[in-house]
Amino acid sequence: MLSVSGLTKTFPGVRALSGVDFTARAGEVHALIGENGAGKSTLIKVLTGVHRPDEGEVTYDGSPVRFATPLQAQHAGISTIYQEVNLVPLMSVARNLFLGREPRGPLGLIDFRRMHREADAALRELGVRVDVRRPLRELGVGVQQMVALARAVSVDARVVIMDEPTSSLEPREVRTLFRVIRMLRERGIAVIYVSHRLDELYEICDAVTVLRDGRVVHTGRMAELERLRLVALMLGREIGEVQGEGLTKFSGGHDAEAEPVLRAEELTVRHELHGVSLSVRPGEVVGLGGLLGSGRSETAKAIAGALPTDSGRVLVAGVPVRPGSTPAAIRAGISLLPEDRKAEGIVPGLSVRENIALAALPGLSRFGLVDEGRIDRIVDTFMKRLRIKAAGPHQKVGELSGGNQQKVLLARWLAMQPKVLLLDEPTRGIDVGAKAEVQKLIDELADDGLGVLLISSDTEELIEGSDRVVVLKDGVVVEELTGDAVTEDRLMRAIATAPAGTGDPDD
Amino acid sequence: MTELTLGRVTADRDRLLRLLQQYGVYAGVVVLLLANTVFTPHFLSAENFRTQAVQVAPVLIVALGMALAIGSEGVDLSVGSVMALSTSLISLYLGYGPWIAALAAVIGGIVVGCANGALIAFVGVQPIVATLALMVAGRGLALVLLPQLKDVRDPGMAALGSGDVLGVPYLVLIAAALALVVAFVVRRTTFGRQLLAIGDSRPAARLAGLPVRRVLIIVYVCSGALAAIAGVLATARLTASDPTSLGTLMELSAITAVVVGGTPLSGGRVRIGGTVAGAVLIQLLTTTLIKHDLPPSWTQIAQAVVIVLAVYAARERGKR
Ligand SMILES: Nc1ncnc2c1ncn2[C@@H]1O[C@H](COP(=O)(O)OP(=O)(O)OP(=O)(O)O)[C@@H](O)[C@H]1O
Ligand SMILES: [Mg+2]
Repeated sequence: MLSVSGLTKTFPGVRALSGVDFTARAGEVHALIGENGAGKSTLIKVLTGVHRPDEGEVTYDGSPVRFATPLQAQHAGISTIYQEVNLVPLMSVARNLFLGREPRGPLGLIDFRRMHREADAALRELGVRVDVRRPLRELGVGVQQMVALARAVSVDARVVIMDEPTSSLEPREVRTLFRVIRMLRERGIAVIYVSHRLDELYEICDAVTVLRDGRVVHTGRMAELERLRLVALMLGREIGEVQGEGLTKFSGGHDAEAEPVLRAEELTVRHELHGVSLSVRPGEVVGLGGLLGSGRSETAKAIAGALPTDSGRVLVAGVPVRPGSTPAAIRAGISLLPEDRKAEGIVPGLSVRENIALAALPGLSRFGLVDEGRIDRIVDTFMKRLRIKAAGPHQKVGELSGGNQQKVLLARWLAMQPKVLLLDEPTRGIDVGAKAEVQKLIDELADDGLGVLLISSDTEELIEGSDRVVVLKDGVVVEELTGDAVTEDRLMRAIATAPAGTGDPDD
Repeated sequence: MTELTLGRVTADRDRLLRLLQQYGVYAGVVVLLLANTVFTPHFLSAENFRTQAVQVAPVLIVALGMALAIGSEGVDLSVGSVMALSTSLISLYLGYGPWIAALAAVIGGIVVGCANGALIAFVGVQPIVATLALMVAGRGLALVLLPQLKDVRDPGMAALGSGDVLGVPYLVLIAAALALVVAFVVRRTTFGRQLLAIGDSRPAARLAGLPVRRVLIIVYVCSGALAAIAGVLATARLTASDPTSLGTLMELSAITAVVVGGTPLSGGRVRIGGTVAGAVLIQLLTTTLIKHDLPPSWTQIAQAVVIVLAVYAARERGKR
């Protein structure tokens, strides 16, 4: 259906793809996998006309093509969900869904009634219920991903490409997504699927292509590729090594009697949070469970002073923090790794080095002058430890692969040596190798007395990583799981149970 | 095959544009220097160079502040009016001696800068609107303080305007020193880094805990103060206060110098070396046209052409 051969693409200083051959067949789900920066997104962007290849040929439906713009590719029937959600934040959900192909009335004007009705129906089919007139920006990243999905499948596509579509989705949405993918497959559509979650790949994909450093190192049937071998291929190591390391998880030993390092009391934000209280002890990892829109990110933001609260207070080591001020929260030792790294995290035009040093700058300066030597050392350490793949510390962050941008952000906050670390989807889009490294690092910090609040849509990570899980629903704490009760099953049940006082059980 | 070469050509064109954006301004200066050496009589004289340098000094100083404002993803349209306000204040306070008068002028610039900064950082007004308001208000105030042209007869001021050290005019020395200071601030201080981060991505800077408001206010205070200094120097050079015409269209010259020098209007980057070269380029362009007896309106057209070229080279380069 869609194939490339001998594809090469270089960016200044990096060879992102070299001699790549790849074929997506009709009625087949093809997994594309590789480490952060392996070239997956670049390959997709070449396929869809975002980038122009230096060498090589793209064949679509038997004849050579070269799309000059993503729009051309779309018109030709290739529909793509890019890694970084590519929608218009200020426009309504419905407008985004129908962007460029709005239903028209008799006068050629947009028929808003019909558009809203159809948008609502399309999303409902995916199990998402939102007011389609709301601007997209007001919704969480997960819902945005679902909107992107709805958009991609509602056009008459023959190839659907998904670059990490599940990175912010809950298990329930992932099920919906898979249902949609199976439907596409039955219709004879070719699906290209990129993800770092191996379970998903084995569940849904038929074929697999493994990329490493811009080259294809393996291609074949998904079911015939053993898991360990897949990881070994990705990382370019021996199977034995991978096995030996295993996938490190948080170990989390801490003093249950210790004074909490973070205490949030009765945090209330109108329409978002209603009296949320929680505490984190030094060395403890507390998970925040709940569905999309249950108020987890809002809780983290409120604690970090990035979301103005109507009432409630936050204490770090017993000392109240001035509310509503990010600098005050940071000075008190609270660091927040935000969910939306593209809009709120990275500073794309600055270098990797400047981005890592950004928040810690005042501490790395004397009399307002920057201490370059110390910055170099810190940047060097983190780039090595987190295996940040870049042409060098002076490369612009905007040019890094998605996972590597996430690592740069993590480095920024770890460099602050915070007392409390709020992690909103910390390993989203990070490859397996680096994921273990990140978890190990967090573990080490926890041993030094750091308290961690962890939000993750990866239930497994949440369960295994957390000592306790606080479950939120509609902005209210509905349950707290401790000790042996921290299991996936209990979490699911807590989420499913309606809290007292709320009428609608499946909202 | 043709498509392959096409890919290469685009890559080459991108590289060319990038080079043009970064170094085009220096090349332009060199070309104009050479052309004038050949075609303009008496161009190669110490006296001529001194004149050129003295004329460029105020523009350059204003452009330094403008570079900071643009780097923070803003702009300062009030600089010309600040120069006018500055010259009025000098006439008003000259009775207390030249130092006090100059100080009053600079304080005036700082006050305007504070007003700009407060509107932008606290009220959330767009920089272009906020500084436009102060552009109008500033010139109005200048004319209220000093309704018409007035001679400035003060030996101190006269010395500042026409004195020199080893043949280098004070004006040029001051402009050069200020350029070095601003370049140092941008490159080496926490403030400089924070300014660039804010200009590149405001939400990210805010979440990273940067003092966004403080930085913005400092940016506009710097811009106001620098424009006021330029006003003082221009007054000293002209030995007259003319609040009606001093600094008119200065904001345009300054923006041109900054943009031509390779600082993108979208913020996040500041090129001081380029800004200096940009100011020199405009000055040389003007001289060239004047010396060859072309009407002044041609200068504006030439300036427009240069701006278009610069913006073309700096436009969001295709990501292909
Ligand atoms: N616009 C660009 N300019 C320069 N280098 C780039 C650009 N886009 C990508 N790269 C580089 O190309 C390489 C491949 O990046 P790509 O985004 O394809 O990785 P990826 O496999 O999608 O990784 P991830 O899992 O992190 O999303 C990286 O080294 C990246 O730094
Ligand atoms: Mg990617």
